[in-house]
This record gives sequence, structure tokens and C-alpha cells, in this order.
Amino acid sequence: MTDIQHGEQAGKHLPATTEEPIANPGLPEHTWRPTDVDDDAARRAERQVATMFGLASVFAVLFVVAYFSFDVGDSWETVLGLGASNIALGTTLGMALLLIGVGIIQWARKLMADHEMVEMRHPARSSDEDRAATLAALDAGLEESGIARRPLVRNSLIASITLLLAPAVVLFRDLGPTPSQAAASGPDAGLENTIWKPDMRVVRDVIGTPIRAADLEVGDLVNAEPEAIFPTEENGYPEIEGVELYVAKSKAAVVVVRMDPDDVIPGEGRDNWSVDGIVCYSKICTHVGCPISLYERTTHHLLCPCHQSTFDLADSGRVVFGPAGRHLPQLPLAVDAEGFLVAQSDFTEPVGPSYWERDHKDIGEQGEAEL
Amino acid sequence: MDTSKVATSNSSAATAKKPGKAGVVANWADERLGLGTAMKKNLRKVFPDHWSFMLGEIALWSFVVLLLTGVFLTFWYRPSMAEVTYMGSYDQLRGLHMSEAMASTLNISFDVRGGLLMRQMHHWAANIFIASMMIHLLRVYFTGAFRKPRELNWVIGSLLLLLGTLEGFTGYSLPDDLLSGTGIRAADGFMKSIPVVGTYMSFFLFGGEFPGDSIIPRLYTIHVLLIPGLLLGLIAAHMLLLVYHKHTQWPGPGRTEENVVGFPMLPVYAAKAGGFFFIVFGVTAMMGALLNINPVWKLGPYDPTKVTAGSQPDWYMGWPDGALRIMPGWETHLFGYTIAWNVFLPVIVLPGLMFTILLMLPFIESWITGDKRDHHLLERPRNAPTRTAIMVALMTFYGLMWAAGGNDIIAIKLNLSINQITYFLRVAVFLGPVIAFMITKRWCISLQRHDQEKLLHGYETGVIMRSPEGGYSERHLPIAPASAYTLTARDRDEMWTPEAETDENGVRRPGGRLSGLRARLNKAWYADNVQKPTAAELEEAHHHAEHEHELQAPLEGHSADGHQFDGHHAVEGETLRGSH
Repeated sequence: MTDIQHGEQAGKHLPATTEEPIANPGLPEHTWRPTDVDDDAARRAERQVATMFGLASVFAVLFVVAYFSFDVGDSWETVLGLGASNIALGTTLGMALLLIGVGIIQWARKLMADHEMVEMRHPARSSDEDRAATLAALDAGLEESGIARRPLVRNSLIASITLLLAPAVVLFRDLGPTPSQAAASGPDAGLENTIWKPDMRVVRDVIGTPIRAADLEVGDLVNAEPEAIFPTEENGYPEIEGVELYVAKSKAAVVVVRMDPDDVIPGEGRDNWSVDGIVCYSKICTHVGCPISLYERTTHHLLCPCHQSTFDLADSGRVVFGPAGRHLPQLPLAVDAEGFLVAQSDFTEPVGPSYWERDHKDIGEQGEAEL
Repeated sequence: MDTSKVATSNSSAATAKKPGKAGVVANWADERLGLGTAMKKNLRKVFPDHWSFMLGEIALWSFVVLLLTGVFLTFWYRPSMAEVTYMGSYDQLRGLHMSEAMASTLNISFDVRGGLLMRQMHHWAANIFIASMMIHLLRVYFTGAFRKPRELNWVIGSLLLLLGTLEGFTGYSLPDDLLSGTGIRAADGFMKSIPVVGTYMSFFLFGGEFPGDSIIPRLYTIHVLLIPGLLLGLIAAHMLLLVYHKHTQWPGPGRTEENVVGFPMLPVYAAKAGGFFFIVFGVTAMMGALLNINPVWKLGPYDPTKVTAGSQPDWYMGWPDGALRIMPGWETHLFGYTIAWNVFLPVIVLPGLMFTILLMLPFIESWITGDKRDHHLLERPRNAPTRTAIMVALMTFYGLMWAAGGNDIIAIKLNLSINQITYFLRVAVFLGPVIAFMITKRWCISLQRHDQEKLLHGYETGVIMRSPEGGYSERHLPIAPASAYTLTARDRDEMWTPEAETDENGVRRPGGRLSGLRARLNKAWYADNVQKPTAAELEEAHHHAEHEHELQAPLEGHSADGHQFDGHHAVEGETLRGSH
């Protein structure tokens, strides 16, 4: 074994000692396989390979049969929780492919010549002559172009090509509105507003029925939405659907929890935000925005299933564990004339994950809700 | 006169001169494409054989399976977030509002024959694609196959892994089910954590506020056009460089740095590789048939107010998710702006940093070792203890982060406190890799010593000899010459000696200031490595062994009474019990 040394590197990094303790004994002698020397063995291998290919054709036909004989649709749970069609199609296709593959490899191993060959390597670099010729050609080309002699042409070309980046970037401007443009498009739009308004009812998230404060027991948790998500003729909220609905839901979702009123430690300036131990918080995690849902009744802790941020709902939704950096925004609650829960206002701070432009105000600095 | 085309007899001469069918095609093609010159060498190009060289092939073939099954899926899948009412066969979701993307995914799963099979094969093949790329990467690293002249192919391979991961993420987001929608929601949170431009990136990508109706069609274009195009180009470059450099090979009798020993492309390697394609395809089909994956119908359509417990991304996204989970909740609020370190550091900075380290590994190693030679013979992991230990440390880091990504599952299955797991991992991700590094390095060196023992003193025969004094020893016999050669077929480590910081004119050399650090790293890199014996040492050891054998020879097959042998004296003239 010798080390390859090339060009200017040669000699710079010579091995400490060039002698080898054991000389390379050279390639071991080729040994014949049974199929090389025994015609019967060879014919047997040939039959094996042909049988595999033959079986593969059978499976290919079976695939077609299965395609037309098994139903999809309602029969989806027939075998192993998957449809009979899926299993039959997959196994017949799989067997056909596997048999072809194994057959070809068996052919290569048993019947094709198995003499190892030796090929010489070449260095990755080109020969010195080629390098010199290429450099000369490069020099000649550059010289003839005059790129070095005419800096005005060169520099203005570089500048113009660099500036082509501007159209390439600007072209994507209309991918979406800027955050401030989005915020200007409506009273509920943007990162800082939601669809919650003063005196809007808090309703159950699937059926949209309002929640009577008296109906909640201590320990209850209700996933809720603003009533505007469920417009009816009765409540008079405007139609909302499609993107608008999804955006509204993704910001306005809340959890309503009733606990022993003595357990609630109201945040500074939040003394009247709860109703008889009923508190309401944004359901959107302040970490990266997953909807939070796992509530532990005895500790009043709410845990996010995505990254396990845990918030104390008795204590203004402060973070007690996990990667979230901020408390959950609290929705100030009140009760309307009919005894249903309503919001006193929108959230007093942006819901969801943190972002650069977010102006953080701690609890107590946020002041009273706009009543 | 040219007589070659003139018949010399009336029998089969005309046909005998005719080239075979393959020859006719080759002739036709060569006259138009001139492939003869290029194919002359390449048709019988030699590829060395070893099971570990197959790992990259799995990645290649699973990519082909992805292309085939993916094209099938595009015929039915609709990348649209328009709200529709599902009216298909799956009655538990019938009548529900969902995006067209979700509805068409259900349609593929329940109403298109073979559709579920193709969906499941596509998802399994994606997992196999990424897993095999990772294992292939480990093989290349642990055997030193990334060294000059193959550094750029390492870089291309790393880019393939990165793009494959992104392709996987965009792919599993397309059904717009509850789990994937939660993933996109988290990705929105990740983007918003980027200082200054975060919200702009989010609003531009989503076409406004989350979730909007643009993200699915945009991810679709990225998934079926942009990234596959890049992957195809890079895979082509990866293969071309492989052919140009010729494959590395393990050292052994007859194998040198200057040759490559193996089977020719045509027929053996073409048959083996081609057959292997069918096997990868077949295994994927079997998995699609029998192993359920991503049952979106059980998760239901995406709803921004809902989430499932145990929400986790596909496994290859697990480690940054783990970093996100164990990160303390640090945020900085300054002058009305917010920097969310708790999100920005673990999912934006850390993956970028780790990927950069991965890309740079070949260059870092060659800078430290000063080795700029071409290498075509592979090294056993034990013979590069520091290199091996670095990757094991990185793997430990990855594994711990990955475990952190499943901290909720671990807590539930093993009945542990999630808080304690998280606190433990916060420390373990820093300590674990260091411990793994030290253990691996010492382990490699100890394996090197074992090899040295085998070379110098032979292998352990299992034959126990009792000495006259009553002591027991095991008989060692020399190993086979071919194995002995293979053990010595490796480089001796060479320390890099820093050049003077300034040249003869007192001018600082470029990089001279770093040479102190480089020398120290170089020393640490090779510290305690075992060097293969010199010819003299080997000779000496063999001589010693022969002497031992001579001493022991009279004991062969006999029991000795003992006292006439005190170990190393000549035994001529002594008699053994039973022989008199």
C-alpha cells in the first residue's frame, strides 16, 4: 500500500515511515462455485431463477384479479383494519416485485461470472499539461474579453446583474399582505385583535349554545368560542365563513373553567374579570400556538399537548412549567341580564405565539379592560 | 480490395459476420450519439462489494418509488383549502365540512382502488428514504469515505438529507388533517419567532393571517415541483461524482489506494443493483399493504381550535421538536419589541447550526489532521478514534433531543414525571455527548490494542496450557496471513507540525495565529492511538512466539510432572513423565 501524493502536496505530508510490516499478498485466488463446475447445480439454479420469475408473473395476474374483485369504500376495515382490496393489491404487487428482485440477484450470484476484476484509479485532479492548457485558455479568453482592462464595463455589468435580484425579490411581494396591512383590513384583523367584543356571549365550541354561569359546576372546563362564530338571525351577527371563519376561530378560541372562588388569585387590575370562580383564558398557547386542552382539576393547571407548557389558571394563567415564555391572555368575563357568560372586552394583549413587534406589557401594566 | 463483406461460401457466412441484436442497437445509437467512447470503460466499470455500500442504494431506490407513487397520488389529490362537504365512503366523516385537500385524501384512501396502497407506500417510502440517507451518512462518516477527494459529495449528500427532510414535512402537511394542521400552526409560531422579519415571513407564506387559504397549494408546489427538482439534480450530481471518483473499498489482499477490486457494472453489478430496486419496491409494497401509516381519517379534518394529545411530527422532525420542548421559557422584551429565545434558539438557530457542523465535518477534520492526501481505502471506525467519537457524540445529542421530542410519550408509557424527564434532559443533552465521546474514544483505542495483540501474539486458541508450576495460560497462534495483512493495511497517524508563525521575512503567515490551536487539536486528535507495528516489531514478536512454542512443544499431548520446567529454560535433556 502506498499513499498517493499529488502536485504541490507531494512531500509535504510524507508518512513517518514508508515501510509496511506485511507486504500486500495480492488478490486471493478465485474459487469456483458449485454452479461453475457442476452442470446439474447450474441447471438447478437456472430453474430456481425461472421459477421465481414465473411466480412473479402469477402474482402480477393476481394483482389484476384482486383489483377487480375486491371493493373499496365501505369494506375498508375488513382485514387488519385495512381493506381487503388494499391487502390483496399490496401483497400481490409486493410479491411480484420481490420475486423479480430475488430472482435477478440469484441469477447474478449463481450464474453470472464471479471473477473479481481490478481497475486502476486515476487521480481526481487533471494532469499538469491539461491544467496548464486550461489555465492558458482561461487567460486567453479573459484577455480577449478585456474584462480586466475595461473596469467600467465589468463593474456596471456586476451592478446590473446584482440589481436583478431586486425584481426577483419584489416579484414575491404579493404573496400576502404585511402584518400592518392585514391589521388595517378590519376591526378584528391582525395579530393584536380578535373577534371578541364587549358583551359578546361565550358559547360552546361545537354547537354554539350560550353558557349559563349557574350551569357550570366547580371543576368544569368548557371549550368555547365567541358567539359571532355562530351567526344566526336571532343573534344578528354577520355571516362568516371560509378563511375569515378559520382566522377568527384560530385567534378567538377560549377555555372557560369554574373553580372555587377562593382559589382564584386575581392578577393586578383583574379583580372583576371572573364570575363566581369562572375564569376564561385564550386557548392558543403563547409558545408556538397549539390549542391547549389538558386540564388538571385539582391543581388548576392547563397543559399544552404539543410542547407541555403548563399554565396556572387560578393565577392569571402564569407559566408554571415548560418552554412558554408568557402567561395565557385572560378574557374578562361578566354575566348578561339572562345569566349567560359574556366578554367584558376583547383580550387586552395579543394571543398566541410571540413575535418581534409584540409590545409586551405584564399583568398589572395592562390596566383595566375597556369597559 | 476489401473482402470482408464478400461471402466466402454459400452457407452461414453472411449471418456469422452480422453483429448481435445488442450490437445493432449499439451501432445505431453510437452513430448518432457517439456513446461508444464513454461506454467503452463504463460498461465494465468495477464496483467493490460490501453490504454497507447498499445503504445509499436503498435511499436511491426509495426515491424512485416516491416518484412513481407520488405521480399516482397527484392524479386525485386536490391542493385546495376550499371548504367542501365530505360525501365519500367513510361514513364517520360524511357530511362534515373540510378542505378539499382533506376530502380528496379521504377519496384516495377509500374510493380509489389501490389509492390507500399508494398513499401508504408513499409515506413508508418517505420514511425509508430519510432513514437510509441517515444510515448511509453514518456509514460514510465512520469509514472515512468523506475524505479527499470526496468532500463535495459529502456536502451534496448532506444537502440531500436536508431537502429530504423538508420534502417530508411539506408532504405530510398536505392532507390538511388535524395533526398536520397542528404542525403547520407550530411552523407558523416558529417563523414568527424570527427577529425583525418573522411576522412578514409568516404573512407572506400564509397569504395573510394564519391559516388563510394559500398554505396548502403553496406547500404542494414546493412538494411536487421545487424540492423534487432539486433532489433529482443533486442525486444526479451525487451519482456522477461517485462514478468519477470510483467507489471506495475496504483494504485487503490485492486492494490498494491505486486500484479498485470488484465486479463489473455489466452484468453483475447492474443485475444486483437492478434486482435490489425490485426488492426495495417490493418491501415498500408489502409495508403499504400490511402496515397502517398516517390514518388521517382517524384524526379528522383540521380545526384551529382542536388538538390531539400526543401530537408529534414525523420522526425525522422529532429532534428539533425535542429541543423546543426542553428549552426554558426565555423571552426578552425590550423597547416594545420581543425576542422569543424559547422558540428561535431551538428550532431556527440550533438546526441551522447542527446542519452547518454536519456540512463542515470533512473540512474540520482535514484542517485538524493536516491530511490533504487522496484516500480511497476505507478506515475502520476504531482506527480513527476521535472521528468515531465525534459522530457518536453527535448521535447521542440527536438521540437525547429525539427522546425529548417524545417526553410526553415516555412519561405516559413509563409512568414517569414529565417535569423530571425534562429537567434531566436539559442537563443530559450537554453531558451525554461528552460522556459518549470519552467512552467511544477509549473503546476504539482498546479495540486497536486488541488488534495489535492479535498481530503480535496471535489469536486466542481456547487451548489452555498448564505450566509445570501449575499456572495456566492460553495458547496463542498466529492469525492467517491475509487477515494479518488486512489489519496492517492502514495509515500510521502523523502529527501535523505547525510551520513558523512568520515566514523568513517576518511576515505573518495566513492562518498562522490559529496554528497553536491547530497543533493542540491535532495532538488531541491522535492522543493514545495505537500505531500498527513496524516490520521489526512484528519480527521480534514472531520470534518471541516461536520461542514460546518451542518451550511449549514438549507439553503437547502430555501431562508433565512439572518441576523440571521452570518456564523459560531450554528443555533439552529433560525427560517427561511417562516417557521413561
